[in-house]
Amino acid sequence: MFSPIINLKFWKSALFLFIFFALLLLSSSAVFAGVGGGVEAKEHVELIPIVKFSLIFLAGIGIVFGFALAFAAKKFAVKTDPRVEQVMDVLAHAHCGACGYAGCEQYAEAVVNKPEVPSNLCTPGGSRTAEAVARITGKAAAAVEPNFARIMCQGGWSRSVKRFKYEGVQDCRAAILAGGGDKACKYGCLGYGTCSRVCPFGAITMSADHLPVVDIVKCTGCRKCEAACPTKVIEVLPASRQVLVTCHSKDKGGDTRKNCQVGCIACGKCVKICPFDAPSLNNNLSRIDLNKCKVCSLCVAPCPTNAITDFIPHRSKAFVMDNCIGCHTCAKVCPVNAPSGEQKKKHIIDKDTCIGCGICTAKCPVQAIDGTFNAQEVFAAAAAKKAKRAEAA
Amino acid sequence: MGNEFIKLFELIISASLINNFVFTRFLGLCIFFGVSKKMETAVGMSITFTAVMIISAAMSWIVFSFIMVPLEITFLKIIVFIGVVAGLVQASDTIMKKVSPGLYYKLGIYLALISTNCIILAVPLINVGEKYTFTQSLAFGFGSGLGFALALVIMASIREKLELADVPAVFKGLPMAFISAGLIALAFTGFSGLIKL
Repeated sequence: MFSPIINLKFWKSALFLFIFFALLLLSSSAVFAGVGGGVEAKEHVELIPIVKFSLIFLAGIGIVFGFALAFAAKKFAVKTDPRVEQVMDVLAHAHCGACGYAGCEQYAEAVVNKPEVPSNLCTPGGSRTAEAVARITGKAAAAVEPNFARIMCQGGWSRSVKRFKYEGVQDCRAAILAGGGDKACKYGCLGYGTCSRVCPFGAITMSADHLPVVDIVKCTGCRKCEAACPTKVIEVLPASRQVLVTCHSKDKGGDTRKNCQVGCIACGKCVKICPFDAPSLNNNLSRIDLNKCKVCSLCVAPCPTNAITDFIPHRSKAFVMDNCIGCHTCAKVCPVNAPSGEQKKKHIIDKDTCIGCGICTAKCPVQAIDGTFNAQEVFAAAAAKKAKRAEAA
Repeated sequence: MGNEFIKLFELIISASLINNFVFTRFLGLCIFFGVSKKMETAVGMSITFTAVMIISAAMSWIVFSFIMVPLEITFLKIIVFIGVVAGLVQASDTIMKKVSPGLYYKLGIYLALISTNCIILAVPLINVGEKYTFTQSLAFGFGSGLGFALALVIMASIREKLELADVPAVFKGLPMAFISAGLIALAFTGFSGLIKL
């Protein structure tokens, strides 16, 4: 099996080690034999019995401990499901608690042993982890929509008013103890960066104007920042809900305006313009109903204080593809009258007027409009519907 | 009998306060700085540490005085004590996992850290060096555990405050912890006149 050279090398080193240890034992026993707690040094030392006893004792204690440990391992063996280990391997290991369990290990155990625990609770792991866990545990994989932390305040220090100068510990949780914080608006972001420090993924950075900026590439929606924020100005919302009133101020319109340049003054313009009745006014604050909102961003431009934020960085314009049947539906639903064309002929969408709201893409009966942010989603949904119908037939 | 109790009490006091392992003997510093960041871990570590210390003191005393002294092979004590402590920790790890999983999840991670710790080795070595009796060894182990727990809890509470304090950038983190530990050690020298053994 081994080549002779390796064999020779092995025996050489083994012999060398043996001689080394024998010498060590002999010399140490000659010098220190018997010395130590309870036994005094002697003038003359019998070497042979000491070496003999040492060897026997060490071997004996080794055997005793070996057997004891082997016995303990056998007798007290805990039966673990091998799937728990497998699930542990695919989890995110952030120990963030977003799943509702104390740590990743506890969730892995629960998801394997309890049939009612869903496989998609690991938010940081995302859909890939959910699929892997579902595969291991044999559960149905439910799609998981990612959640992102959204900062519901735009009033950085340059755009908002302060009531006093705060010179304490530079932490929001400390600042709020000083009379509810130094900001005139008590609903806004204090800007001392507690959220950026608690984020286990480094997804939150503080801007120059003392506002948190969420990096959605890193954000996993674990809700640690939401829990840590003393003013509760951070909300963790589904990723597709990208048009939000980023203000929490429940003060009267005039007071909000005095305190901050970008606060919601509850003027109601967004309520009037929205074709889907998504925004509603309550407690001097407009709030968009996320179930009704179609993310068209119509309300963003008319808002007099720019309190509504469109989180889609660049809205691409819609264009019509060749399978258009000229039904005129797009022209009817468009809020800015961008599509035009004759009946039964291919329509054209005016690029300059189009605001990329994606309503026509969703309403087109033959999926002939492409280019908007929701196009892929709409096409996928239509394809799924088609497949289902084919299956039923 | 009364004398015996006084001696035991003195042992506990001396091991925990006067000859505190961390602040006067400067042993176990790696764990001391490692787990003193949070109060929760510090308390968990202290409890595990004290328990392992007492049991290992008892075990090693039995092995030493009933086997090693009669055979006159006491020079092997360092190797044997390491083996005894490691075996003990491994066994208690296995047993704890079965008997009380709750306790295992709370304290299990500290057990693995303890097996190769210098205080755990120092306690049996000092026990045999000072020729303590069995009960005295137990008392010494308990006192040392108490002292270590005290050091950890003091340090953890200071470090939790330090997190919020305005520390100069160069001293942030471990340097500040070392300086605080040095100051506590200075304060602990004040205990040296407490009793005379």
